[in-house]
Amino acid sequence: MARILTSSDCSLCVEFGDTISKEINRQVRAFTLAVEAAGIQGVTELVPTYRSVTVHYRPEIMGYARLYERLHGLLNGLAAADIPPAETIRVPVLYGGVHGPDLETVAKRHDMTPEQVIELHTAPTYLNYMLGFMPGFCYLGGLDERLHTPRLTTPRVRIPAGSVGIAGSQTGIYPLDSPGGWQLIGQTPLRLYDPKREKAILVDAGMEIRFFPIDEREYERLRRENYPEEFVSEGGENP
Amino acid sequence: MITFLKKGLLTTVQDLGRTGYQRFGMPVCGAMDPFALELGNILVGNLRGEAALEATVLGPTIRFDTTEIFAVTGGDFAPTLNGEPIEINRAYRAAAGDTLALPLAKSGARAYIAFAGGLDLEEVMGSRSTFLKGGIGGLSGRPVQDGSEIRLRAPVDDLPDLEDRYVPADLLPAYGNAVEVRFTYGPQEDLFSAAGKRTFASHPYTLSDRCDRMGFRLNGPAVELAPGCDGNIISDGICFGAIQITDGQPIVMMADRQTTGGYPKLGCVIAADLPLLAQLKAGDKVRFRPVSVAAAQAVYRRQQKILDKLEKRFALRPPDPAEEPPLCGRFLIHVNGVEYDIYLEEQYDA
Repeated sequence: MARILTSSDCSLCVEFGDTISKEINRQVRAFTLAVEAAGIQGVTELVPTYRSVTVHYRPEIMGYARLYERLHGLLNGLAAADIPPAETIRVPVLYGGVHGPDLETVAKRHDMTPEQVIELHTAPTYLNYMLGFMPGFCYLGGLDERLHTPRLTTPRVRIPAGSVGIAGSQTGIYPLDSPGGWQLIGQTPLRLYDPKREKAILVDAGMEIRFFPIDEREYERLRRENYPEEFVSEGGENP
Repeated sequence: MITFLKKGLLTTVQDLGRTGYQRFGMPVCGAMDPFALELGNILVGNLRGEAALEATVLGPTIRFDTTEIFAVTGGDFAPTLNGEPIEINRAYRAAAGDTLALPLAKSGARAYIAFAGGLDLEEVMGSRSTFLKGGIGGLSGRPVQDGSEIRLRAPVDDLPDLEDRYVPADLLPAYGNAVEVRFTYGPQEDLFSAAGKRTFASHPYTLSDRCDRMGFRLNGPAVELAPGCDGNIISDGICFGAIQITDGQPIVMMADRQTTGGYPKLGCVIAADLPLLAQLKAGDKVRFRPVSVAAAQAVYRRQQKILDKLEKRFALRPPDPAEEPPLCGRFLIHVNGVEYDIYLEEQYDA
């Protein structure tokens, strides 16, 4: 059962559980949509995570008790809430070579060929549970167990933006240049995060991601053109 | 235009932050002491959320290249204009060629310099705040450098009643280097033992030298977890002022904090007391006192009312009707020969 907790005097935390699960994510998404649709005055921002939705509000416009009641009401109506299908974003990846310097290592570790790693990595539809850590960084669920790989013992000082990697049971994309210890298997020319673009960050919590392999020529073309719309489509595999 | 002769220790452009993008992992940033930022803007007739300079401990030295109106608020950095001491929390006119210096924080840790007409810098994702780690906002995402120049967007060389534009100290938060800040419990208070909660609320903590715009690490008696809690949680959102406990020691999450994190949070510093915390330096002491959300919000509303009143007093323009709350009605009432013009505002949502 969901709980409404205090996270500050300007925010409430609506908590749905304390594990990573598709069912909790479904509730988080349904509740986020319900609060958005309710258009509650004074609510400034919603932050969905694995476990909860933080509802930020302005206490000079909306008091704690009233907001608590409104959110409680929305929670009660949640079971019947109609959740639209998740959007899917298709992420082109150039696997291996300088773009994925650890592809061979990952393949060797699991007694596979690089092609098999690519096959297993592009097969699932990943669920983006939440974003955090840095702008546009997605916490994806759904990596095939056969690809689970520990982090590098010595992290790299600089991982270029767009790098696609594996760390333990997680796979993800670095939205901007940063240090890190992930095993890098490829790189996408898609800019998931571009602060100058009207839609600065392409992926939202609850969206689904699919990777597909591209070659060097396609990588260069997409890097120059970077039309994100062609990769986003509605209706994934969500109920 | 203004030119920086000395950059100071860490001088950045900040407004009230980049709100609306936390769900995408984008830190809010913005002024560490939002009260001081808003006060500075009000004094020079700006909108309260206008971008200004945030100086840290050692302030910058600035040359004015044209006549400008400015105000210094927040910590007392012993500011001088052409070598003559000037007051904080007061608006001044500087002539072309004048030099403003903020040599060293006598008290507090962060000073704000607001300029009438605002800074002519591009908004990125709805804000001019500098996000240092992401390299965006303010001066191309970087702190001010020696020789940096910033133009003003709508420069003003005079303001009505300039000599009256000051704020007496009794309207300010109770700044100091040994402060009590109030906090609300939650959202993971049940992951701490009763003894742990008592420890936190009854002992002073010392700000360590690991304190920056992202977070303040404090040293003091260890805060005990509840039995069975390993000190980690599945990631959750993080608010400005959130009190995370790692290895028994508190870290208060500040303006540049990450949006989510996996450490349990005992509580959150109330919004009205964040300025007190933001003005602490390494070695300063802080006590934490729990309050109810209702009490915290009452304090916050009082603080906002102070700013509202000052804003009305120093406003340059009649209020924009679009920014006013919706009106339910307006009445002219005569009482004892005095005419009152009553505006009835709709309260909250219906």
